[in-house]
Amino acid sequence: MQWQGYLRKDGRKGIRNYIAVVYLVECAHHVSREITSQFKDNPVQLIGFAGCYPNAYADRVMNALCTHPNMGGVLLVSLGCESFNRKRLEENIRESGRPVHTLVIQQAGGTKKAISEGVAWVQSALTDLLTVPLTLMTVADLLVGTVCGGSDATSGMTANPAVGRAFDQLVARDGIAIFEETGEMIGLEDMMSKRAINPQLAVELKKSVEKAARYYTLMGHGSFAPGNADGGLTTIEEKSMGAYCKSGDSIISGLIKPGDRPTQSGLYLMDVVPDGDPQFGFPNINDTVEIVEMIASGCHMILFTTGRGSVVGSAISPVIKICANPQTYRRMEEDMDINAGDILYGTNTIDEVGEDIFNRILSVAAGTATCSEALGHQEFMLTYKTFTPLGPGCLPG
Amino acid sequence: MHKLIQLHALDNVKIVVDEIKSGAYLILDGFTFHFAQPIGIGHKIASYPIAKGEKIIKYGVSIGSATENIEMGQHIHLHNMKSDYIPTYTLDKEFTGSKDVK
Repeated sequence: MQWQGYLRKDGRKGIRNYIAVVYLVECAHHVSREITSQFKDNPVQLIGFAGCYPNAYADRVMNALCTHPNMGGVLLVSLGCESFNRKRLEENIRESGRPVHTLVIQQAGGTKKAISEGVAWVQSALTDLLTVPLTLMTVADLLVGTVCGGSDATSGMTANPAVGRAFDQLVARDGIAIFEETGEMIGLEDMMSKRAINPQLAVELKKSVEKAARYYTLMGHGSFAPGNADGGLTTIEEKSMGAYCKSGDSIISGLIKPGDRPTQSGLYLMDVVPDGDPQFGFPNINDTVEIVEMIASGCHMILFTTGRGSVVGSAISPVIKICANPQTYRRMEEDMDINAGDILYGTNTIDEVGEDIFNRILSVAAGTATCSEALGHQEFMLTYKTFTPLGPGCLPG
Repeated sequence: MHKLIQLHALDNVKIVVDEIKSGAYLILDGFTFHFAQPIGIGHKIASYPIAKGEKIIKYGVSIGSATENIEMGQHIHLHNMKSDYIPTYTLDKEFTGSKDVK
């Protein structure tokens, strides 16, 4: 199956074509929001980094997002005195062949003048979007990530195994599939490492789960929310077993960290747990942080499974929401792209829902809006983290 | 409609797939069980008696340990089992799973 995508200068292909208005510190947030709000029915999205202190991870992720295949142009909004390296970010975006402009509020002369300058630039950038060359895309061009949020005990019985099937299909057709959350593979490190493409990667996979277990123990709180317990999940091991089946049955080709971009087809695990001693608190303070990390590693779209009923979408890459719990689906149908709940009643099989999910990946890639897109969801969050570079055994390809 | 399913042959728990209402009766292996409290979709009940300290098996693997003796048909959750890795913290103590939005 083929569809039209957007061809970028580096040869990567996008399934969406957005202008991002990017605040580089919280102080620039209001101006950025006011600019973006002038373009309600246009492909203009608001993202940003709130912190004034520098952070290598945030810098790397933001550079990756601003040059993502779904990104068509970028307005950077700086207050003027923050530490984000806006010059280097602008250079990288320009080199990537995208229209870019840096608006410095202090230089522009304050709120009103900055908004005015920003709106004028976005207006012109929107016409540039129309000149982006189109190109044919196939499944082999796709990177798809998966996360779960608002999980309950049905997640591991319906939506997650169905995503696993869809992932198997994606990988079999030379696409790239990425799963994450080593904090929810507690107890599974042996099982998972047996799927590694070689023994060195097996060691790295195990180490990444051990790191997560140590980190969360230090935090004093595992990756577990009250809603998980309401929905029948009792322990992190139980949640982990359920979450893990999103990965399907493919061999694991590599371990990456946020911002690393796999280029060879296959299934990859993303390690989102910071390295070293905890410096900035919890690894991911909400589901949106890991969605952003997946997008930074190139994901065109995200498969998001939920039991309790998450409503989030995302800026930059669309979110396909797969509902695991039949009661939740009945109550929140408008927010759910796929109903996996009928697997519980035996009226649908895991394979059938897996097929539905795979077909939905294709239609969303070709331009069909997901429920969260149609409802205007454009969540984004970028926090402080610290990572050491990947070890040699992590990306065998 | 089936009320319960067992995910793996080795499991000592069955999973509720159709909500068990307060006052309901279920037959489990020839024994009749009366449920005074409702039990929500996804929750676990014991397939047979489980001793304190014994592993709770779901998906064919251990998902934690019993913290008290558990009777056949009894609801298994935070009140009678715990993680062998990282403790679970939640907001309150009632976990029947049936306090969804009305």
